[in-house]
Amino acid sequence: MRLLYFAWVKEKTGIAAEDVDVPHDVATVAELMAWLKTRGPEFENAFDRAEVIRAAIDQAHARHDAKIGGAREIAFFPPVTGG
Amino acid sequence: MIRVQQEDFDIGAEIAALKAGRTAIGAIVSFTGTVRDAEGQGTGKVTEMTLEHYPGMTETELERIEKEAHARWPLQVSLIVHRTGTLKPGDNIVLVVTASAHRDAAFDAARFLMDYLKTSAPFWKRETGPQGSKWVEAKASDEAAHMHWSPRKDAAE
Repeated sequence: MRLLYFAWVKEKTGIAAEDVDVPHDVATVAELMAWLKTRGPEFENAFDRAEVIRAAIDQAHARHDAKIGGAREIAFFPPVTGG
Repeated sequence: MIRVQQEDFDIGAEIAALKAGRTAIGAIVSFTGTVRDAEGQGTGKVTEMTLEHYPGMTETELERIEKEAHARWPLQVSLIVHRTGTLKPGDNIVLVVTASAHRDAAFDAARFLMDYLKTSAPFWKRETGPQGSKWVEAKASDEAAHMHWSPRKDAAE
């Protein structure tokens, strides 16, 4: 699964994109964030305030309880501030 | 029509291109968002603004928002142009143009497009000033402006 990080989430993880094998028991966006937090201090810091982080599954906004099964690309980012 | 680009845009030229050959248009509204040098969120007076985005999803979201506007109002044509990269105070950031037979639809649709863009298009601003550089935090008022439009008006009437 391809994971993308933007804005301060990217700065904190230290990477913009990566391909990862997500454990089979990780079923939702919230569970994926909880699992990512266990991958080292950078990730623990980046996902410390997971409740404020937004996610997109295959380039469409997704809630934290959305299922991630079958997703090709999941992105994590702060609330948007364009315009 | 939507475009995401680093280059500046020429508002007059964009409107002229939209008008060309579309003589049913009776009203054109445009909104331009620019970089201001006001106090940033802890950076001091802003000297530079960098816009990051999510290539692919940005275009998809802008097209979705535009389609939603066309479902709500009788628009002849519309345009959203959003810049990315590093900008200075006074620089253009975003352009929204809506064209309709009458002004109400054009005014309302332009505001709708901006309100939706602000809360759903994946752009992030980073401000730089004398006291450092900081990601801009989303405003609750933008979320409130978005909620103002739901549910779709014509679905309720």
